[in-house]
Amino acid sequence: MGLLSDPNRRRALISMLTRLNAPICVVCYFAGVAWFMGLAFEPFTLRTYMSENAMGSTMVEERFPAGERALATGREFAAHKKKVGGMPVDWLVKNMQDRGLEVFTQSFSRTLPFPDENKERYIVKGTNVYGILRAPRAPRTEALVLSAPCSPGDSNNQAVGLLLGLAQYFRNQIYWAKDIIFLVNEHDLIGMQAWLEGYHHTNTTGMSWSPLQGRGGSIQAALSLELSSDVITSLDLVLEGLNGQLPNLDLANLFYAFCQKIGVLCTIQGKLQRNDWDSVSGYSHAVQTMMLMVMKQASGRPWGDHGLFLRYHIEAATIKGVNSFRQYKTDATTIGRLLEGMYRKLNNLLERLHQSYFFYLMPSLSHFVSIGYYMPAFGLLAVILLLRALDLWVQLNTPPSTTEDGVADIDQVRHTLLSVLTPLVISHLTGVALYALPIRFQETAVEHFPVSETEAVVLTAIAIYTAGLALPHNTHRYYIMSAVPDVRGWRVLKLIAVLYLAVLLGCTALINFSLGFILALTLVPLAAFVTPHVPKVLSAFILVILSPACTLLFSVFFFQELQEMPVSFQDGWLLYLSVISQGILDHSLYGSLVYPLIALLVYPCWLLFWNILFWK
Amino acid sequence: MLALLMLNILAYMTPNPDKTQIIIHLLSVISQNSAGQFFSSGHTNNWAVLVCTSRFWFNYRHVANTLSVYRSVKRLGIPDSHIVLMLADDMACNHRNPKPATVFSHKNMELNVYGDDVEVDYRGYEVTVENFLRVLTGRLPPSTPRSKRLLSDDRSNILIYLTGHGGNGFLKFQDSEEISNVELADAFEQMWQKRRYNELLFIIDTCQGASMYERFYSPNIMALASSQVGEDSLSHQPDLAIGVHLMDRYTFYMLEFLEDIHPASKTNMNDLFKVCPKSQCVSTPGHRTDLFLRDPGSVLITDFFGSVRKVELTMDAINLTDPIKQMEENPVNGEEQKEVYSYADQLPVSEIIHQKPKQKDWHPPDGFILGLWTLILLVFFKTYGIKHLKHIF
Repeated sequence: MGLLSDPNRRRALISMLTRLNAPICVVCYFAGVAWFMGLAFEPFTLRTYMSENAMGSTMVEERFPAGERALATGREFAAHKKKVGGMPVDWLVKNMQDRGLEVFTQSFSRTLPFPDENKERYIVKGTNVYGILRAPRAPRTEALVLSAPCSPGDSNNQAVGLLLGLAQYFRNQIYWAKDIIFLVNEHDLIGMQAWLEGYHHTNTTGMSWSPLQGRGGSIQAALSLELSSDVITSLDLVLEGLNGQLPNLDLANLFYAFCQKIGVLCTIQGKLQRNDWDSVSGYSHAVQTMMLMVMKQASGRPWGDHGLFLRYHIEAATIKGVNSFRQYKTDATTIGRLLEGMYRKLNNLLERLHQSYFFYLMPSLSHFVSIGYYMPAFGLLAVILLLRALDLWVQLNTPPSTTEDGVADIDQVRHTLLSVLTPLVISHLTGVALYALPIRFQETAVEHFPVSETEAVVLTAIAIYTAGLALPHNTHRYYIMSAVPDVRGWRVLKLIAVLYLAVLLGCTALINFSLGFILALTLVPLAAFVTPHVPKVLSAFILVILSPACTLLFSVFFFQELQEMPVSFQDGWLLYLSVISQGILDHSLYGSLVYPLIALLVYPCWLLFWNILFWK
Repeated sequence: MLALLMLNILAYMTPNPDKTQIIIHLLSVISQNSAGQFFSSGHTNNWAVLVCTSRFWFNYRHVANTLSVYRSVKRLGIPDSHIVLMLADDMACNHRNPKPATVFSHKNMELNVYGDDVEVDYRGYEVTVENFLRVLTGRLPPSTPRSKRLLSDDRSNILIYLTGHGGNGFLKFQDSEEISNVELADAFEQMWQKRRYNELLFIIDTCQGASMYERFYSPNIMALASSQVGEDSLSHQPDLAIGVHLMDRYTFYMLEFLEDIHPASKTNMNDLFKVCPKSQCVSTPGHRTDLFLRDPGSVLITDFFGSVRKVELTMDAINLTDPIKQMEENPVNGEEQKEVYSYADQLPVSEIIHQKPKQKDWHPPDGFILGLWTLILLVFFKTYGIKHLKHIF
């Protein structure tokens, strides 16, 4: 007989499973964490390499000469920007036309659901200006995009200047096989979202924009430039996009290859890579870089203007110029040459970038970890949930000590099912309330309390979250009383909750590994150990500490630590509140899925475990 | 020589008027034998089938390879009507070419192999395995124009040059199909049975090229490849302005070698086998001559690469109708009848290609010879006494 169909063997297997369940779970948890930490260890990573044959090596001759003129253009742009008090549309249009591009504008407007205190905007109206450089001999079927944001104040003037300088230089070359679109977007991400929606004829976020008059074909790759100083010491590459999506690794490889060829210092996450991987400080440096990437990816927000392109399957990255205290400075001509080289290589592409990885983590710019290597870390954590579910299933199927007759059995089953359904429904309703109510009731909150709209929204969210903690005491009133005490009730609920959590975390980890892993780190232990029989006060405290909201709080502090800008508790709390408000805004402005995921799915799941803890 | 001597004695000895006829007859017999020795190859016409199998801009070098062989072959005399040129992609007019209408084989744009009289017979998507095999075997639909046919006969020497991406036992056509070495060998056997070639020279410049000629089994085939099985053929030099590799190493050095060949040169196949040794090519070129009946040392390069016109001798008188005047008897060796004309070299490429100029005039001896002589002199003076030095200085 087979292993599972032989009753003796099955019994032995089951008894081994129940006996060893807790130790195996603990071992798996620590193994998962250790595997994750080991990902940053350099011998376990691979060197980056160019996978696309068409891009080949960096053998082009970059000849961009006009860096100084680009900076002068940037200064002119700054002056006009100050004069107009926003985006100098007419000056930009005229300037791009003089350089030989086909220029078009797009106006857009959006009223945010509540005022954005970080960027101080509520009703946003703006104009995007873009010029298309038509390929001299090619049909207009493909395009590349170079964009620079028009930011208020003194930032990114040099970026726009360099963009215009490159536009003029590119216009004189005859080897372009794709159209190049030079885009200056206003109000950074909002403008970019309006432009992308207009370009692809979609309207997913409820923004109103004027249709685009000129188009260039399907976009193959895009680069966004952020440059706020005349000279830089290093170039930083930003890859993380909306919902934790990453561009194809070949784009990062291309950037790194050109950095090495031209001799510019290049960083990722703002950290320079080190050579001493076998020392403790070298390893911790790599771990910090990787954790920064994990944090940024888990937040689900686009960390540069490029982040919105990824949704349309356009590989995009942001290049930031950083001017810090280093002796060797790079001028604008060299940056122009690097961009020229990158665009010449992107010009050689025959199809979209698809040869390299789409899911990866980078502990440094020259090393990466692919999905095949990092997924087992999450898998080990998910195995704990499955083991627990098996254990519960076994417990549920062993016959109880007092035997019942058939009718009572069916009743008991029905009562159990109903008593399980109630917490499920109520938890999810609370989740829906957490998702929908903060924005809806901000006016009433502002009337009754002396807070601004943003604070009202955030504080309403926290209030609903905390109110959910009181639920188990109230939901018991709605349980249908049955003659038989349903000791099995909580087991069924826990089984459902554990499986639900496993599926939820699995799906999240597939799309956004960092978010799935961080949630798993905190939710899996509590899902494993919580029962009605553990000491209530201590477990309640632990449950609250491991809840998604507290995970977010700790992540905020940890993120600041990683960036070497630690904050005090007050500042950290304010930062935490602003993070929540940004999360809600991101969801309504760009369609980020982190806030709905946490509010509608993760929070109810956590509430189920809270209910299990207080089961009577 | 002996025969000539005997002839003289004979002429001396027989004083009758038929003597001249006998002498002429004997002369022609003798000259026929030496003529036979002189024209040792049995071919009367030359054909070339030059194929580039890869498309896309980054395979620029394969098109440049094929065009440089085309250029050599045309320069040495094979006309376009006898060349079937198959290019899978258009590099000269590619949108990414910063120098449109040119294909360069040397960096810094020294040599444009596209020129202005290139005639491409099969272009773009027409370069398929099926078309290639049909060209070789002659099984083309009746509507195919003459420029796309290989109209060779049993006295044709054919040069077949293939380049592209290949592997162990196959050659990739156009990124979508392959031709295997077995198919190629069978195609050549079909050609042999249909009497479509006299001798065949097969050159292939791909990775693991030697695997393509392993399976040949038809007679009179000589094969060269740029690398052995398990080795990759490497590309030569990139041009930074164009942004791609311009040529493959083997064909680059073969082009240099061929630039020195002119229609009357006597270089033979053994020199071609030595082209691009491992130090230059990194891969080991290979060749196969076991199916070839003649000794490679007696095969001239121009037997395959050029179109040196041979003369068919006939000893029978041909009766022509009256209006045609009787021509005087043609001498045996048509080439040395009058002075030989040659075209002036429009672009002296051989001087450009060779980085070191060939020194034909006297130059001072090398250090080794100098040292040797110094040693000899020193030994002399040591033996016979230093005082003799006084006489020198």
